Amino acid sequence: MKKSILEVNDLKVNFSTYAGKVQAVRNVSFEVFSGETLAIVGESGSGKSVTSQAIMQLLPVPPAIYEGGEILFEGRDLLKLSDRQMEKVRGNEISMIFQDPMTSLNPTMKIGKQITEVMIKHHKISRSEADKRALELMELVGIPMPEKRLKQYPHEFSGGMRQRVVIAIALAANPKLLIADEPTTALDVTIQAQILEVMKEIQKEMETAVIFITHDLGVVANVADRVAVMYAGEIVEIGTVEDIFYNPQHPYTWGLLGSMPDLTADKSQKLRTIPGSPPDLTHPPAGDAFAARNPHAMKIDYEKNPPMFKVSETHYAKTWRLHPDAPKTEIPEIIKERYNQYRQTKEGDSIV
Amino acid sequence: MISYIAKRLVYILIAMWLIITATFFLMRLAPGNPFASERALPPAIQESLNAQYGLDNPWYVQYKDYLINSAKGDFGTSMKYKYRETNDMIAESFPVSMTLGLEAMFIAVAFGVLIGTIAALFHNKWPDYLMTILAVLGISIPSFVMATILQYYLALQLNLFPIAGWKGFAYSILPAVALASTPMAFIAKLTRSSMLEETNSEYVKMAKAKGISKPVIVFKHALRNALLPVVTYLAPLTAGVVTGSFVIEKIFSIPGLGKHFVTSITNRDYTVIMGTTVFYAVILLLAVLIVDILYSFIDPRIQLRGGKSND
Ligand SMILES: Nc1ncnc2c1ncn2[C@@H]1O[C@H](COP(=O)(O)OP(=O)(O)O)[C@@H](O)[C@H]1O
Ligand code: SF4
Ligand SMILES: [Mg+2]
Repeated sequence: MKKSILEVNDLKVNFSTYAGKVQAVRNVSFEVFSGETLAIVGESGSGKSVTSQAIMQLLPVPPAIYEGGEILFEGRDLLKLSDRQMEKVRGNEISMIFQDPMTSLNPTMKIGKQITEVMIKHHKISRSEADKRALELMELVGIPMPEKRLKQYPHEFSGGMRQRVVIAIALAANPKLLIADEPTTALDVTIQAQILEVMKEIQKEMETAVIFITHDLGVVANVADRVAVMYAGEIVEIGTVEDIFYNPQHPYTWGLLGSMPDLTADKSQKLRTIPGSPPDLTHPPAGDAFAARNPHAMKIDYEKNPPMFKVSETHYAKTWRLHPDAPKTEIPEIIKERYNQYRQTKEGDSIV
Repeated sequence: MISYIAKRLVYILIAMWLIITATFFLMRLAPGNPFASERALPPAIQESLNAQYGLDNPWYVQYKDYLINSAKGDFGTSMKYKYRETNDMIAESFPVSMTLGLEAMFIAVAFGVLIGTIAALFHNKWPDYLMTILAVLGISIPSFVMATILQYYLALQLNLFPIAGWKGFAYSILPAVALASTPMAFIAKLTRSSMLEETNSEYVKMAKAKGISKPVIVFKHALRNALLPVVTYLAPLTAGVVTGSFVIEKIFSIPGLGKHFVTSITNRDYTVIMGTTVFYAVILLLAVLIVDILYSFIDPRIQLRGGKSND
């Protein structure tokens, strides 16, 4: 069994707003094992960013309220650390890659300084050592002419190159856990693939654990070992990539898989999306949050929020379907088709 | 960079020509003349004076003479104070005005930025509210009222500073503060709002995610970005300090250029009006140029280029 480095238990995060209390993260629990990549998937607004920023404690308090739960990083509860102690964790043991590289770098500070700053802060090394290491990092993330580039400002870089810089900064202090919050969403498709490639290589090399947040299931199969599916502030299904892609149990996961654009599918086929929209998190429904959008919903779904049911050692899903007394619902045909197609392309890939 | 400055200097010359022309015609339109006084001069003397200063020439000849003299920087003798060269008057009084102006600008920028930053750091706490109240007062109280208040309380009642005059550093403090109060309040508000914007930006969040401590984030990351609007304001600030000095110099009996400028207008002292106007115009236009160059140093995204830019 792998060693777990991060354990989030029953995390609850609210925001106080004029419209009321937004329950952005509701009883989220998951684990991250050292060296693995956990993908967190879900529509926008499902609480992925809030979860990740809660781990780093980057949420502004107020309006954010850490309502409950614990975030154990190597056994220490991050929620109980002081500001000073948390500063030593951020950027050093856990670091973060933000979504939009156009805004996440300081426009008036040279790239080199933005990278070395982290090492000087956490590793107490000299400026020249830090400069040398910055050069190595720039090479590692694939930025050509690093000596020249280190002396430039962010506006002299393209979006893709900036995201490489952000990755270099995140790696500068050799973190044990890297949180990437939609690191490719703001980029062109071709650049996305390059950045994913960089991230995969680096992870192999540095053996950092990664939480990879995305709303795009297509990316997940490529990068993740395990997947957590988030909906309306909750994790509704969690398992290995195989569990989620071959044997999904939650109707929301079916919906996500069903709306995945597919390379092999007929181009004229319309992109299927899940009908309806997520519930208002100021007043989350009493029952299952997905019931209103779920064609298979039963009476109990509107009344009681289902617990996590165990599917296998690695696989859990939060749906009444899995209750022993529940009537058997058939897995929709399209989803079955998807698995078969997916299985074929996967096999095709592994031959190459 | 060099070609940019050359281009800007050409613009400055064009602006100067417009200013001289406008001043010339406005001066002529205003009723009265330099030699009018309570006792009417005998017509013969009036005529000979007019002839001596070329005021009997047709307007286009006078205009041409003014243009040529202005270009040479020779504004002639004062029409009111005989044997006083306009240039000498400027040379004598300008250093006084400059000292006062620079002192006021220093106070406005240094304290404005400091107060604004503190207010932003304590956003929605009492230092922020206190600063907001002071800023509103600073902006709404005109400098001449501020000057009298300072004179009355700090000089007359408490005897901390001399009331008026210009005999050393102590004499400059009250007028400089009076002159600086409005722009200082304005800069404080400007710094506060732009600092708040910067501290909510993504790169500050990222700096925090890097483990950088709050004071380092504020001073090393956010401040430089937050100062960009303040730098933009430096040119209007210069103009404000210059115009403010006309009044302040009068109130504190400071022998500066502002006093000459104002009295030359009431005296219809054409040569001095033209000399001081041209001089002020040069100062302001250069200030704008210097601010633009300064801006390009603070913001790496701004590139100064001459000729046509291709983006
Ligand atoms: N600062 C905030 N104030 C109020 N509500 C917020 C704030 N930040 C996030 N939320 C709410 O929290 C929910 C989850 O947001 P987020 O985690 O950003 O979603 P995503 O999964 O797209 O990253 C959303 O409903 C959003 O409106
Ligand atoms: S608990 Fe009910 S409503 Fe929720 S996903 Fe499962 S079947 Fe659908
Ligand atoms: Mg997000």
